Amino acid sequence: MLDSLQGFVHELRTAGLPVSMTENLDAMRAVEHIDIAEREVFREVLGSTLVKNHRHRRAFDTVFDVYFSLWASNPEDELAATARGELSGGGATGDISPEEIAQMLIDALLNMDRDALQRLAAMAVSKFAGIEPGRPVGGTYYLYRTLRQLDLNALGARMMSQAAPFEGDPLKERFQSEEYERRLRDLREIIETEIRRRLVADRGVEAMARTLRKPLPEDVDFMHASRDEMVSLQRVIVPLTRTLAARLAQRRRRRHRGQLDFRRTVRASLSYGGVPAEPKFRHPHPSKPEIMVVADVSGSVASFARFTLQFVYAMASQFSKVRSWVFIDGIDEITRFFDESDDVLEAVQRVNSEADVVWVDGHSDYGHALEIFHDRHLNEVTPKTSIIILGDARNNYHASGSWVLEALGKRAKHVYWLNPEPIGYWDTGDSVIGDYANFCDGVYECRNLRQLQSFVTTVAEG
Amino acid sequence: MADRFGTVDQVIEDLRKVDYLADASIASVVYLADRLEKPILVEGPAGVGKTELAKAIATTTNSRLIRLQCYEGLDEAKALYEWNYKKQLLRIQADRENETEWSDMEMDIFSEQFLLERPLLEAIRSQEPVVLLIDEVDRVEIETEALLLEVLSDFQVSIPELGTIQGTQRPIVLLTSNNTRELSEALKRRCLYLHIDYPDIEREKAIVKVRVPEIEEELAEQIAQVVSSIRELDLKKAPSISETIDWARTLLFLGRSSVSAETIGDTLNVLLKYQSDIAKAEKEFTPNPDAKPWGSIAKRKD
Repeated sequence: MLDSLQGFVHELRTAGLPVSMTENLDAMRAVEHIDIAEREVFREVLGSTLVKNHRHRRAFDTVFDVYFSLWASNPEDELAATARGELSGGGATGDISPEEIAQMLIDALLNMDRDALQRLAAMAVSKFAGIEPGRPVGGTYYLYRTLRQLDLNALGARMMSQAAPFEGDPLKERFQSEEYERRLRDLREIIETEIRRRLVADRGVEAMARTLRKPLPEDVDFMHASRDEMVSLQRVIVPLTRTLAARLAQRRRRRHRGQLDFRRTVRASLSYGGVPAEPKFRHPHPSKPEIMVVADVSGSVASFARFTLQFVYAMASQFSKVRSWVFIDGIDEITRFFDESDDVLEAVQRVNSEADVVWVDGHSDYGHALEIFHDRHLNEVTPKTSIIILGDARNNYHASGSWVLEALGKRAKHVYWLNPEPIGYWDTGDSVIGDYANFCDGVYECRNLRQLQSFVTTVAEG
Repeated sequence: MADRFGTVDQVIEDLRKVDYLADASIASVVYLADRLEKPILVEGPAGVGKTELAKAIATTTNSRLIRLQCYEGLDEAKALYEWNYKKQLLRIQADRENETEWSDMEMDIFSEQFLLERPLLEAIRSQEPVVLLIDEVDRVEIETEALLLEVLSDFQVSIPELGTIQGTQRPIVLLTSNNTRELSEALKRRCLYLHIDYPDIEREKAIVKVRVPEIEEELAEQIAQVVSSIRELDLKKAPSISETIDWARTLLFLGRSSVSAETIGDTLNVLLKYQSDIAKAEKEFTPNPDAKPWGSIAKRKD
């Protein structure tokens, strides 16, 4: 037991979770107090001692499943099951048609009979997934194959049609469909677990954990985030900005002491018999920076731009004013979308559909976009303004227009450039970031939340 | 070691008796905190019953609840102890004629009777069983967090003039945080971590029934369904459990026996506190003849 616990902790650390020595010891002490056979209690106990950040919980759950849940039952049975599965769903399950499985699944789902679902999921996986032993995969493809055959949406529709009539009560219908949706989600999870269980039996715990290892939300690369990862990023962005805003507000307040506050000092001295033992100071009100964001939204970097805009606007309270533009080869101011709606996500969607950013052909032309920006808005740039430009500086071999940055830099407080590409790719091919960098106060690599966060801290502190 | 709870299941049972419905994860962590004598750091959205949990534990273990509400600017004098300066001054002045030696005087004015207990010290020195609740610990500055560390790991307080005061018994300690900032590693390391999320329909329904006993079974179920449905929307602030309970009371007060789309529209402001959220939810729940049946599952992404 101790060995597998150590292996488990090691895997958590490799996945990027900060598990300290003390926490490790705590977990070992904790395990003595409980019955390990109770998986859920065991999971909570390890979770509460080892993982102190809710964002990391998912990573923890994956590793836990691989290490402890999946070999809960006798591994030899598992192997046998896998072996049977290989015979292309042969044996006992061979003569059941997909239609029959679907019907049985519906019955089990309507009664939410977990045991039956478990059995049926195992059957479906043997039949449809076509698992090939020894392949180093995480099972996503097998899951996809199984689900395509089962067609959960159709199952859901059939369940709805079998349910009691709603007599035109849309509310009831809604609840019913949400309830079935939850059950289908459970079924999906059961199937996924079943597939993983077989893979673990096939290739062993450590190999499987290695395959399933995924970056933590704060380390996900913006440019290559999968849809699921994007969703999990969306989920952490709001709490993260709140955290950051609170910290900045606090730091701004506490950074300098202001002038001596005579009245309060005298008041405080009364409790020391008139001796001004405790001097009081006025707190200064440092000005908040003004932000102009200019973002490239061409295909390759669009998700990065969207994300950063969302981040900046979620923190708008930390800046005295935020204005923003998006461009491809034309440029359009989008501040209005954010002013009109107090829902940042909705505004970002409107930017996607309504902003006018194409001038000629819809390939990035930084030079042209910057030139227009210069002509229209140079006078609005003040010494309080920080300009942030987002983009990979891949200019399709157009003129770079870097003189605009020079002109802006003379008027603005700072000009920063955020580049979502890894530093190694800069100035290769049509990237002209080096050209722009000459006129920027800073060019930052910004590939994940962690880097974005540290950049925003720099700017907001002015 | 107190061993207030025998098993994990007993935690659930005991808390249930005082109207707190704990799920498996809450119960496991509470049980473990009792066994390992470690504090629990409770995080989660506002209004899911973090503070309630502490109150429930206090009631069920017959302990006194000592609460330290954190806020920005909280310092040692408010959290740990303070010398009763005015009393010390009186003591010195009263002694002027006797011309006591300064060293005697010093011994005297820095003794127990001039010490003002603040919540942390009070919890440590208490003879009867206590539950210590450090509420919204994320509101204090990161530097102030440090003064909690000694209390949390060794359950003692060092006072320079008096020496170290050791706790007489180990109380259950809960820290709550609304996650407005990341707590320091040092603090997290000393605690067990518990994240409480919004409950599922079953549990929420049970909670409504416990907290609003006169409610009908069917209405409670509908309430839980509507609230869970609203939480699925992308909102600024999802309704909390306390808001669900408020809503249940409102409906009861209005004499509604079932929830209709109209009722929802009229009373949404009890559940949601942002205008944009209310508008969004209203749009969602107004019957729309064009909507395809089964819309929500068709939208599902696989």
